[in-house]
Amino acid sequence: MTLVILTTDALLFLLVIGIISFGIYAARREHLRAPWRHVVRSSIAVAALIICSSYLIIGLLDSIHLRTSPTATQVVSVFDLWCDSLRTRDEKTYSAPFATHALAKETVMQADGTVMRVYPRLQYGGAHLIDPVHDRNSDILRTALLGMIQGLFAWTLVVLAVIQLFAWHSRQPFNTALTAVWRGDTDIPWRTAFITCAALFIVGFISAELSQHYHILGTDKVGGDVFYQSLKGIRTGLVIGTLTTLVMLPAAIVLGIMAGYFRGWVDDVIQYLYTTLSSIPGVLLIAAAILMLQTYMTNHAEDFNSLVERADLRLLFLCLILGITSWTGLCRLLRGETLKLRQADYVQAALSLGVRHSTILSRHILPNVLPLVMITLVLDFSGLVLAEAVLSYVNIGVDPTMHSWGNMINSARLELAREPIVWWSLTAAFLFMFILVLAANLFADVVRDAFDPRMSNRR
Amino acid sequence: MTTPLLAIENLFAVQNLSIHFERHAQPPIAVVSGVDLHLQRGETLALLGESGCGKSLTALALMRLLPPAARISGGRVQLEATNLLALPEAQMRQVRGGRLAMIFQEPQTSLNPVLTIGAQIAEAVRLHAKPADRQPARVTRRVLQLLDSVGISAPARRMRDYPHQLSGGMKQRVMIAMALAGDPQVLIADEPTTALDVTIQAQVLQLIKDLQRDTGLAVLLITHDLGVVAETADRLAVMYAGQLVEVADCAQFFAAPAHPYSRKLLASVPTAAQRHGKLAAIPGRVPPLDQVSGGCRFAERCFAVQPRCQSTVPNWQQVQNAQQVRCHLWQNGAVDWTRWDTAPPASVVTTPPVAEITPPAHLLEVIDLKVHFPIQRGLFKRTVGAVRAVDGVNLTLAAGETLALVGESGCGKTTVGKAILQLERPTGGQVRYAGVELTQLRGEALRQQRRALQIVFQDPFAAMNPRLLVEDIVGEGLQALGIEPQRARRRQRVTELLDLVGIDATALQRYPHEFSGGQRQRICIARALAVMPQVLICDEPTSALDVSVQAQILNLLKELQQQLGISYLFITHNLAVVSYLAQRVAVMYLGRIVELGMAAEVLTAPRHPYTQALLSAVPVIDPSARRQPVRLSGDLPSPITPPSGCHFHPRCPLARPQCAQMEPPVVAVSATQQVRCFAVQWSNHCVKPANDAK
Repeated sequence: MTLVILTTDALLFLLVIGIISFGIYAARREHLRAPWRHVVRSSIAVAALIICSSYLIIGLLDSIHLRTSPTATQVVSVFDLWCDSLRTRDEKTYSAPFATHALAKETVMQADGTVMRVYPRLQYGGAHLIDPVHDRNSDILRTALLGMIQGLFAWTLVVLAVIQLFAWHSRQPFNTALTAVWRGDTDIPWRTAFITCAALFIVGFISAELSQHYHILGTDKVGGDVFYQSLKGIRTGLVIGTLTTLVMLPAAIVLGIMAGYFRGWVDDVIQYLYTTLSSIPGVLLIAAAILMLQTYMTNHAEDFNSLVERADLRLLFLCLILGITSWTGLCRLLRGETLKLRQADYVQAALSLGVRHSTILSRHILPNVLPLVMITLVLDFSGLVLAEAVLSYVNIGVDPTMHSWGNMINSARLELAREPIVWWSLTAAFLFMFILVLAANLFADVVRDAFDPRMSNRR
Repeated sequence: MTTPLLAIENLFAVQNLSIHFERHAQPPIAVVSGVDLHLQRGETLALLGESGCGKSLTALALMRLLPPAARISGGRVQLEATNLLALPEAQMRQVRGGRLAMIFQEPQTSLNPVLTIGAQIAEAVRLHAKPADRQPARVTRRVLQLLDSVGISAPARRMRDYPHQLSGGMKQRVMIAMALAGDPQVLIADEPTTALDVTIQAQVLQLIKDLQRDTGLAVLLITHDLGVVAETADRLAVMYAGQLVEVADCAQFFAAPAHPYSRKLLASVPTAAQRHGKLAAIPGRVPPLDQVSGGCRFAERCFAVQPRCQSTVPNWQQVQNAQQVRCHLWQNGAVDWTRWDTAPPASVVTTPPVAEITPPAHLLEVIDLKVHFPIQRGLFKRTVGAVRAVDGVNLTLAAGETLALVGESGCGKTTVGKAILQLERPTGGQVRYAGVELTQLRGEALRQQRRALQIVFQDPFAAMNPRLLVEDIVGEGLQALGIEPQRARRRQRVTELLDLVGIDATALQRYPHEFSGGQRQRICIARALAVMPQVLICDEPTSALDVSVQAQILNLLKELQQQLGISYLFITHNLAVVSYLAQRVAVMYLGRIVELGMAAEVLTAPRHPYTQALLSAVPVIDPSARRQPVRLSGDLPSPITPPSGCHFHPRCPLARPQCAQMEPPVVAVSATQQVRCFAVQWSNHCVKPANDAK
């Protein structure tokens, strides 16, 4: 088993390391820590953060890629190995959620030689049931209950451990800490955190138990498990949402600050640049770039060791091109803020003290525009996740072989026209995307409030 | 209090009003406790206090306009027979703007920028008019009448103007017109002139007085300016840390303030008489309201503190018939203040008055300085005109001297400061420091010259990067100019500098927001001093501070000058500060210096009509020192299209046709005093110096 590092994996982990080291850096600086403290004291933010982190964990697990044997062409992720059963148990074609039989009738040769049109039993979904018609519901209920009990048990363990840590940290006896958490008397809303965790654990364990025996969100045209695809879509969404901003960030910050600080011809050049760029229709640019890449990849097929690598390059390219079209907004924002900051008395004082321009930019301007950058990043994230879905829908998004919510929605175009209607792909993609985007938006709202200087008197 | 508050002769009475702030998961803070006020028809009561003492909250509570977190915890507000605090909100809306009106500090933000002022006043008129009077024609007539009553000329034309077309003073007049729309009985004016220049302030205060005389309006004037109180109020109430500490008639108060706080506050106002001594600064600062203890709230800063002050809350004591004070000292009758006046500050001569007569060689020379900001329009950014912010300024500054640059806002005085520092590159003219021409220097050469000239800004809250530690802020210059490249040595030096300005070494590892305004200004001074400048440009360094804190900073600046021998270019609009601190004064009007001379000459015998008007507009505490007012009409003209000839001629009471045609020459009226005015040559027509008029 050998590790395969895809470009997006590397960048994603680089980003995570960056965030962690910034966290360590910020923890020692009061002015950086204060707004974040405000964030984690809001119950909405904590709930949203927990939801987002569960997505992040799945996304990160899905970003460690392995080659199971040196000769194998297939590259799988740790996440794939973890839910191997989901990945490998493909049916023939469509089946509804929790179905035991296929969606469409098939011609089946009976034991006595007669041919019949029946709904055939699924190969894996509910295969353990002897009489699926009678036993299915009770079996689902039993399995769900089992999952719930497991979930509650795991949750209790985690909660007890965290409260113990909390009690140890705040130097109070365990019982006092427990009552404080129970009454919601803690600075960080632990109660909300635990309730959110409870919901997550219960839903997680129930679906884990059920997905052992059923396709809980049905299967798609080629019999793949939709639940598995939705989970795989998380990584694609995360990569698009985070790497795009990472790509655009240096350009936006450097150019925006330079335009605002130096003004004059520097400002003119940068302004013309972003005005021109933002007047090119974004979708057109993305379509052109992706189509060019596609042609390149077809012509140089031998350069790619696996399908995954190919899809990965396309994903990275999509991030790049999305980044190129979306940095102008932040750049304009930073230019305006810098124009204001350079007139600030402390910048003027620094100038009169003979501080060099480069030092002023890095010491005075950059730290003071960072809150703005932070707000933009968090707000942009959900927009980009949605953008991926839209682009894949018009076929200029990620590679068709890649699992993504956009591709699921794209395929739903035909599925919804079928009779009987196949609604679960769309619903699953919608559900997963909706929860992530809602959580990200709620979180972004709190972050914006925390960093907004006008809100500071409400703190 | 012992006076019958709710007696029938009181038009407006506040009894035992208390306000607290709700806090999340913490006990509420009492921000205003037990305020008693009463107003009679036609009377002006001043509520005097430093920032953060709760006076604005009191005003908002009277209007029932408190911010969401603030609650009225008790008390009564009685307007004639109506108890305002018990009224339902719908009826309170009728009272608000109707019988009880309010004007705010910032006229700029109180008007809606997308509606004409006529429409905004009409709205107020319609709200409070009888249904029969709501016809458009009648409303318009009333709007015109209101605009006329607040002294706006050509009201029919003006009512179609938008707020941005009006100057600050005009906007405040419009606000007053709106407040008058409902024929109020009581007007609450929250710092109505703080954002305005002295000449405009004089106009607005006069307007309020006139209105009061005509309509019998009762005015509750909230202010921090003792001069304004002395000139306009009949009675005053002094507020400290959420409590009233003294109530008195104005005449009694200024003759003999009874509370130690009032005494110190009065003594900390800088005057010419104190120029050779230290100002009586009050140590420390107003205590944060969540930390007030059981005793007297002023105890920590009081010079006459006694053991019982710490433990017992003082009760009201009668001083004279209408003067009451909340202080233990008055428990046993009259107080002998001489016990504490061991060293009357005014008599301590600490400055040897050497540099007063013959200024030594010039350290800094500004010759014909011009700063024009181009106005660019259109696609290709054609330059269509220029804002002539500074238009030919000549100044000299000797070593160890203080030159005050005085003028109203918009006259270009701050730009002069920045142009000297080369923060704004001058359009023309020369700035010579010790013989080196600064305007021609670029890049590294200029950076090396930066050491000699430093600046202290007006707003200490904006002058420090909130994301740097004090150590890095003060050490910035040392690092940038390579004076102390090593961190340990630099820290040593920063500690010394902080010590010099009276800040503890523990400040090193703290952020600016942890300090009060006065402390921040000290840190800013330390930062400027770090590179050992010869000239310090102080751009209104005390105008954002309270009077008692201002005194601390002025004392510090004076001490530093004696210790280090640096020169100050002191840019200010506050003439009281000038008389205390400066040796020479330059008066600026619309980009030009109109009068320059020794402080004593300019302040006591001004020759330029503008200087005379400016001086006469300053509110003065001492009634015997009040000047015959020379009221200026109109506002400062725009520096884009300055008036021809003498810039001052459209507002000048002495103007002749000649003034509009030619620029007046600079005339030396004495060895040290120069005036830029034709009038000084018309010896027989020279306006009488204002102080001769009394």
